[in-house]
Amino acid sequence: MMGLLNARWPQRLLAQPWGIILLVLGIGGFGALVLYSAAGGSMEPWAASHLIRLAAMTLLMLLVGLVPPAAWLHLAFPLYGLVLAALVLVEAVGALGGGSQRWLDLGFIRLQPSELMKLALVLALARVYRFLPLAHAGRPHGLWLPLLLVALPVGLVLLQPDLGTALTLVAGGATVMFLAGLPVWLFVAPLVLGAAALPLFFNLLHDYQKARVLIFLDPGADPLGAGYHITQSKIAIGSGGLAGKGFLEGSQSHLFYLPEPHTDFIFATMAEEWGLVGGAALLAAYGLLFAWGWRVAFRARDMFQRLVAGGLVMTIFYYVLINLMMVMGLAPVVGLPLPLMSYGGNAMLTVMPALGILIAIDQEARRHEAPRALGDP
Amino acid sequence: MHASRLQQLLFERRALLLGGAQLLAGALLLGRMGWLTLREGEMLRAAAEDNRVALRLIPPRRGLLLDASGRPLAENRPAYGVELIPALAGDLEAALDRIARIVPLAADERAELLENARSLRGAGTLRVASDIGWEAYATLNVELADMAGLQPVRTYVRHYPGGEAFAHALGYVGPPRREEWQASRDPLLLHPGFRVGKDGAERGLDARLRGTPGAERVEVNARGRVLRQLDSRPDTPGETIRLTLDRALQEHLAAFVGDESASVVVIDCTTGGIICLLSMPAFDPNIFSNRIPAALWKTLQADDHKPLLPKATQGLYVPGSTFKMVTALAALAEGVPPTDTVGCGGRYTVGGRSWHCHRPGGHGRVDMQRAIAVSCNVFFYATAHRIGNQAVADMARTLGLGQTFPSLPIPSLRAGIVPDAQWKARRFGEQWSVADTLNTSIGQGYLFVSPLQLGVMTARLASGRVVEPQLLAEAVRPGFAPLPIPPDWLEVVRRGMRDVVNGPGGTARRARLPVEGVEMAGKTGTAQVRIITAAERRRGVRRNESLPWRLRDHGLFVGFAPVEAPRYAVAVVVEHGMSGARAAAPIARQAMTFLFDKEKAETDLARLLAERERRRRAAEEAARRAAAGAAAAAAAAAPPSVPAPGAPAP
Repeated sequence: MMGLLNARWPQRLLAQPWGIILLVLGIGGFGALVLYSAAGGSMEPWAASHLIRLAAMTLLMLLVGLVPPAAWLHLAFPLYGLVLAALVLVEAVGALGGGSQRWLDLGFIRLQPSELMKLALVLALARVYRFLPLAHAGRPHGLWLPLLLVALPVGLVLLQPDLGTALTLVAGGATVMFLAGLPVWLFVAPLVLGAAALPLFFNLLHDYQKARVLIFLDPGADPLGAGYHITQSKIAIGSGGLAGKGFLEGSQSHLFYLPEPHTDFIFATMAEEWGLVGGAALLAAYGLLFAWGWRVAFRARDMFQRLVAGGLVMTIFYYVLINLMMVMGLAPVVGLPLPLMSYGGNAMLTVMPALGILIAIDQEARRHEAPRALGDP
Repeated sequence: MHASRLQQLLFERRALLLGGAQLLAGALLLGRMGWLTLREGEMLRAAAEDNRVALRLIPPRRGLLLDASGRPLAENRPAYGVELIPALAGDLEAALDRIARIVPLAADERAELLENARSLRGAGTLRVASDIGWEAYATLNVELADMAGLQPVRTYVRHYPGGEAFAHALGYVGPPRREEWQASRDPLLLHPGFRVGKDGAERGLDARLRGTPGAERVEVNARGRVLRQLDSRPDTPGETIRLTLDRALQEHLAAFVGDESASVVVIDCTTGGIICLLSMPAFDPNIFSNRIPAALWKTLQADDHKPLLPKATQGLYVPGSTFKMVTALAALAEGVPPTDTVGCGGRYTVGGRSWHCHRPGGHGRVDMQRAIAVSCNVFFYATAHRIGNQAVADMARTLGLGQTFPSLPIPSLRAGIVPDAQWKARRFGEQWSVADTLNTSIGQGYLFVSPLQLGVMTARLASGRVVEPQLLAEAVRPGFAPLPIPPDWLEVVRRGMRDVVNGPGGTARRARLPVEGVEMAGKTGTAQVRIITAAERRRGVRRNESLPWRLRDHGLFVGFAPVEAPRYAVAVVVEHGMSGARAAAPIARQAMTFLFDKEKAETDLARLLAERERRRRAAEEAARRAAAGAAAAAAAAAPPSVPAPGAPAP
């Protein structure tokens, strides 16, 4: 009895980042509530499995949080290689199957390697800059490896073709390189060049991608056709007003006017019933998550952990940003879910381990700070 | 260590920059959401309502048609149907496949639906099936609840309790034609449940039967399914209209006529009300009002009894001897006294050419009453020759022949032909001849009349007044202008017609009424369908029975009763009935019997139907025996030595 009381588990329990766990469960639980409503007031088919998945993934997050950051430093390149191999495999299977395929069927889950690559790329790039002196980073001999690490998965994902994921990979990679301290002109120049090459690039897009961009620029042009998604999403958000129509009262989602009310457009489903208030609260919750992530990055022990933390925060941020811009009619429809809220496993499979790694970095920083704070040797 | 410190500083600065960018992005998103909810909120709320709420027309219930005594002739029966919005259904073929698993769709129905879907505008609705029964309706609601664009609906279908007997008088209903919509642009015409009159009174009275549509606001989901009614303004049903028809009489006569190709018109001489307007055989208007199956249409079209033709109003026939009263009345109107006589020697000769009487030996000296009673051709040749054709033609028109009666709410009434010099000059560019006059005087030649006109003619000469036929109970009114003939002279014609049925030597003695104290007057007529050649005439008249059905003569009969105070006038035409006395007179007799002694008529009809049934069974039995006999004979032929047991003895 005394042994149990004297054991270290109460301290270990207290040492868990409860704030962040509650925040994650809060956002995910809110997602379940919205899914319950989207199903017409039913746990089936979405809310129940969303909650189960949320619980399982939270456990996974905590498990990942137990892995010391040093291990990730060693695992960074092997992990990157593994995921890259999986991407090649997906491409091969897709080519054999005669069509575009983005996932590997592992039986219990349809794994999307391009999602995991978002994590692996951040880790691999942070690993590179952990050992690359800043003085060499901006030079050609210091640039080729990071650029290759970004280009390989981006090229494979573009073959699928999945423009949205490719862009987030580029953004994630660029973020790590930016935080690593590379010269600013290296980022400004491609942006300018990219803007100039946009029309050329547009011609290389698939027809459905072109249509999405054109529809984004003028959703009213074909309100019942391809612009339908954006128009209906805006109607759902706007008609919610300040306080929303009330739980289970959203006509846009319940009467099927809103497409994909449980996945990509879950924010619109939420906003219709919870209004601007609900939207602001959700934005604040994500804001808190990112603020905590940046705090972890600032307190991180070394450059690797710092870069990993910053890169992961931004990776999650890009998810949220692109999804919200899409549903509010500020970006073309690219088919990206809202992390923790949307129904489906693959976004969670990226976001939860990412948060786990952040927790691990946080824990390590605390272990080094705590004794000092207490005045121990 | 210095370099790493510098790198950390760079990281922190750039992280702050990114954090700031995040804040900015958050503010941008919040601002965008605020713009959508607060600034555009009202407009988008309206758009959401617009999505959710659809304004739909409620088609008005069609007005009822009643018979003279208030019994329903056309009513609305609640029914279940299924509608589809092809624009929402996506793959129409697949959608029809799914529906067909619950509501069977024939191949031609399917083809028709696909055809109709092509001409549908925008998110127009297609009526897939109309009278599917409650069970199919319930099954559709449950099993295809998630199918986009599908809508099981509750509607009304037009129901005609009188069925076939009223198919031609009332017509039927159907969806409006495209041209009708293009002409009026009335959105009601696009409603899949809306029906318009397609023929007969349904078409003639369509404007009054339509009513005004109601409207409802309903909640609709993106799949086009109506979820609930929010509020509604009820429809105003069309007018209920009482007709002059007598449903019992018409059904009775339809049964009596049986398989004959016949039309019967009965008119109330005092009011002009048409109490029977029958054309048989017909079709079932209840089927036609739902959907006209292509196979049925083809069968009906190919039928030589012409079930699709409303013969009472659109069938045109040579009136034959039923026209002789017109010639007689024309003579009276010209001042020729009815006592004038003509000697009939069996033929009438003008300019070396002979016109024959139907009795080879002639009738001897006959006056007008006798001439009508025995239907002496020579009397009418002589009379018409004396007064000229124009007087006859004018009288024919006065009596209603060649007229279309615009007061009747029946579309496409046919005028027929009342020939005179002007008509012949216009039609053939030829001069009128004496031969034409003589032919016309006995109802042959160019004359063409409809059974309805014959009925009006009979009602006018029976009542002595210009009776105007009516179909609407509200429109009938007694008190018509008298014919320009002295009443006692007119009486002579009526007496002649009485003798046809009741007198010695009358041509339609079998039309005598079996009712105590009521006598019917009438006149038979027979219209040749083929031309009798001179060679045939020399060989003697061929018997009708030996001819194929379509070459047999038409039988006509017109009559009225009671003789002393005419109340009802009747006209019957039996196509290829061989003679008026034989085929048409019994039908007129049955009509009058029904009107004066319903019980007797019903007993007679029951006996007749039983007799027909017995004969049908006997014929079937004979056919079966003949087939069995042939088989037995074949069997017996195989082993010739052994006679088959049970084989009929020679």
